[in-house]
Amino acid sequence: MPAPSPTLPARAIGGFTAEAFAAHLESQAGAPAWWLERKRAAYATFAALPLPARTDERWRFSTVQGIDLGSCVAATGAAPLPAVLPVKAAASLVFVNNRLVSRSAPSAELESRGVVVTTISEALRRHEPLLKAHFMAQAQRLGSEKFASLHIAFLADGAFIHIPRGVELSEPILVTHAVSGADAAIFPHTLVVADENSRAAVVDSFVSIPGTGADSRQLAVGANDLYAGHGSRLAYAAVQDWSRETLSLQLNASIARRDARIQSLNIHLGGRQSRHESLSELRAPGAYSEMLALTVASGTQEFDQRTHQMHQAPNTKSDLLYKNALLDSSRTIFSGLIVVDPDAQKTDAYQSNRNLVLSENAEANSLPGLEIQANDVRCTHGATTTRIDPEQEFYLLSRGIPRAAAHKLLVTAFFEEVLTRLEDAPLHDALLGLIRARLDGSALT
Amino acid sequence: MANIETIANEPAPGSAVSGIDQSAGNFRYEEKHDFDAGTGLTERTVDYISAVKKEAPWIKDFRLAALKTFLARPLPTHWATRDLENINFDKIRYYLSNGQKPKRTWDEVPDDIKRTFERLGIPEQERKFLAGVEAQFDSEAAYSNIKEAVSKQGVIFVNSTEGLREHPEIFRKWFGKVIPTGDNKFSALNSAVFSGGSFIYVPPGVKVSHPLQAYFRINAENFGQFERTLIIADEGSEVTYMEGCTAPKFSTTTLHSAVVELVALKGAKIQYITVQNWSSNVFNLVTKRGLAHEEAEIKWIDCNIGSRLTMKYPGVVLKGRKARGEVVSIALANDGQHQDTGAKMIHAADETTSNIIAKSISVGQGRSTYRGVVHIPRHLKGCRNNTECDALLINTNSRTDTYPAITVRGSANSVQHEASVSKVSDEQIFYMRQRGLTEAQAMSLSVNGFINDLTRQFPMEYSVELKRLIDLEMEGSVG
Repeated sequence: MPAPSPTLPARAIGGFTAEAFAAHLESQAGAPAWWLERKRAAYATFAALPLPARTDERWRFSTVQGIDLGSCVAATGAAPLPAVLPVKAAASLVFVNNRLVSRSAPSAELESRGVVVTTISEALRRHEPLLKAHFMAQAQRLGSEKFASLHIAFLADGAFIHIPRGVELSEPILVTHAVSGADAAIFPHTLVVADENSRAAVVDSFVSIPGTGADSRQLAVGANDLYAGHGSRLAYAAVQDWSRETLSLQLNASIARRDARIQSLNIHLGGRQSRHESLSELRAPGAYSEMLALTVASGTQEFDQRTHQMHQAPNTKSDLLYKNALLDSSRTIFSGLIVVDPDAQKTDAYQSNRNLVLSENAEANSLPGLEIQANDVRCTHGATTTRIDPEQEFYLLSRGIPRAAAHKLLVTAFFEEVLTRLEDAPLHDALLGLIRARLDGSALT
Repeated sequence: MANIETIANEPAPGSAVSGIDQSAGNFRYEEKHDFDAGTGLTERTVDYISAVKKEAPWIKDFRLAALKTFLARPLPTHWATRDLENINFDKIRYYLSNGQKPKRTWDEVPDDIKRTFERLGIPEQERKFLAGVEAQFDSEAAYSNIKEAVSKQGVIFVNSTEGLREHPEIFRKWFGKVIPTGDNKFSALNSAVFSGGSFIYVPPGVKVSHPLQAYFRINAENFGQFERTLIIADEGSEVTYMEGCTAPKFSTTTLHSAVVELVALKGAKIQYITVQNWSSNVFNLVTKRGLAHEEAEIKWIDCNIGSRLTMKYPGVVLKGRKARGEVVSIALANDGQHQDTGAKMIHAADETTSNIIAKSISVGQGRSTYRGVVHIPRHLKGCRNNTECDALLINTNSRTDTYPAITVRGSANSVQHEASVSKVSDEQIFYMRQRGLTEAQAMSLSVNGFINDLTRQFPMEYSVELKRLIDLEMEGSVG
């Protein structure tokens, strides 16, 4: 455990002082000893590590001076219920300011088959071994050790989902994490364990509740753990729509076992500056990971997405498609790496980043990378940055469609290539609706 | 050409000077230096080099400032390989005077190097030079002829010392401007201790008919450890420059750090061809960059086969409207080698275009890396970049990495980047074996096919030798 460094500036700790941590630990009094020990160790790491520096390669192109904890403290207190995604769900959980405020349990039939949709605080009492085995089990590799530690240290509650062997869910499980209040920090967490041959879809939705301080600074440091056991199929979607003053750091980790299939889709809409790290481990032959993301960047927003596709066994497959549409003076960064371990032969990996620049002042950065240590592989990547195709635009204009509508149509089509990969049709429609609404409210002309 | 005569008067092989000077030897000076700069790098080393070269004070100041930058800069290991930490800067000789040449006999040259010479069909005399047994061989006539032919066109083709001393009015303006001293730690090192290299000026409208080859000058001054090259192509001129040769160069010095600056003025074209085949104990850390003015074109053709670690990212700054930059890169990494190569394209004017094609082959435990930068700033219109990186992995434990960085601002430009990694197709090998080729022959043929469209851009004799060399490297990689 690194010792707290006295030389760090106060801004590296912000409002997350030793006193604040002690108060948080008190609130966790009934938790098992390993949990509290993990939190103590995490706090020590958080307090010892500096904020990211401009020279840190893993933060290349990021506006690191924007990564500022400010005076945010862990959010508490009541707030009105947030809007939830209009999708029929198998079960749902709503967290506001780090606490569960509303839930709908799975049907009696699903519960009788062992499906668990609950909170982490309850899982600490009733599903301890499973939680211990999967909670933040992967080492951070993409640069956010400090924030992962902060997350573990101050995590008050989150979603815990367990789909037992062979159970198939026909509807998604919805989890909503909301924040309200000025200088409020939240630590959303969603943990999903899909056992052998199970099938499920989980949707995370991140929102700031309007009104109550949503126009002042907020901080979200979230994480999610996805574990797909042998032969399981796990679909995960996340919609990030924090307020425009939120600094968001979201750490996504997934593990796919033999013949498992994980699909993750991250939709980025909100936040002042958002960093999303996604680590996908393919641990056994036949594992497949599909990594998708859509970003609508407008105003002065910055979206920073970092990914690792880690092929650790032979005959694994991954497919990444990240699409960004950039308006106004926004910035996006995509940095991806396909890592093929020695002996991970017959790997089939793909990585693609497409940027559609819609404004003179927007900036798209791409760092598509490969590290290949096996020869019998098929690894390709591509990155393109373009504007709207003038021919397509001309075609629509010549059909009498106004320019703004034509652009909206073309941007929607640009995103549809990703959305169409969702198997759940109602979910597809709900997410498309969100994106349409966002484009309607934008300066797209 | 007084200087060249001086060299011709040097003692014949067999005398005390018959060893080798792998650092740019100053044997063009008749006076003997009783001391040399010793190992390690201090201000004294720089003073010494500058004194030996009888340099103007501004050059000495330039060197001293560069030394400070070099010493202040950390190694770039936060992104580059940690192998750099194995360079012991204190044990390196930064400059050797005449009496201090390391000596070697033909018997000391490793057998595999001798075999390679044999296979490539390198002439006897040349072999000894390349192996470092002899410091000179007789290509004097070729160099004089070329030099005479081009000087009729007004072309200046000299070494760095002579260029800065005899023609400061031409070269000082651009010297250290394309690659500033502080660009990186190794460009600073070169700026402090550079010697050797070529300074070339091509007058307006002149199309140099012969490709200029450093190879022809190798007896005039040895390939340097710290070469400094500056090529200025004036308006509308055209020049092709070739550096290196396909034969392996066996070196006793382990650090080579060159700086090459190209300036293409309005409408000029420069093509710079490098074939690097240092022996596998050499760290080859090179900074190469060109500045392309309006409608100018700079093309780097870069082929890396040798060395332990090469880090080289030829770049073009596209400064004028409609300028064009191109990098064609071939890298072959065998056991114990790391070819960390790539390209940089900095767009700084409207309607500039750039093209990068990189192909790498990793054999055995070799590692090849592509690293690139494409930068298109705000408010530029009609800029285009195309990047293609293909990697071929021969053995199960071969390694390849790709780390491009692409920044595009504004909506009036387009870039595309593609990379693929593959192995030689089993079907192709099967087909060729069925036609009676051995597996190694089939493999060589496939690998040659993989880079064929690039090798065709090399001059004839280079591409022939390159093919033979790949055959050689592929031997023992299968079966």
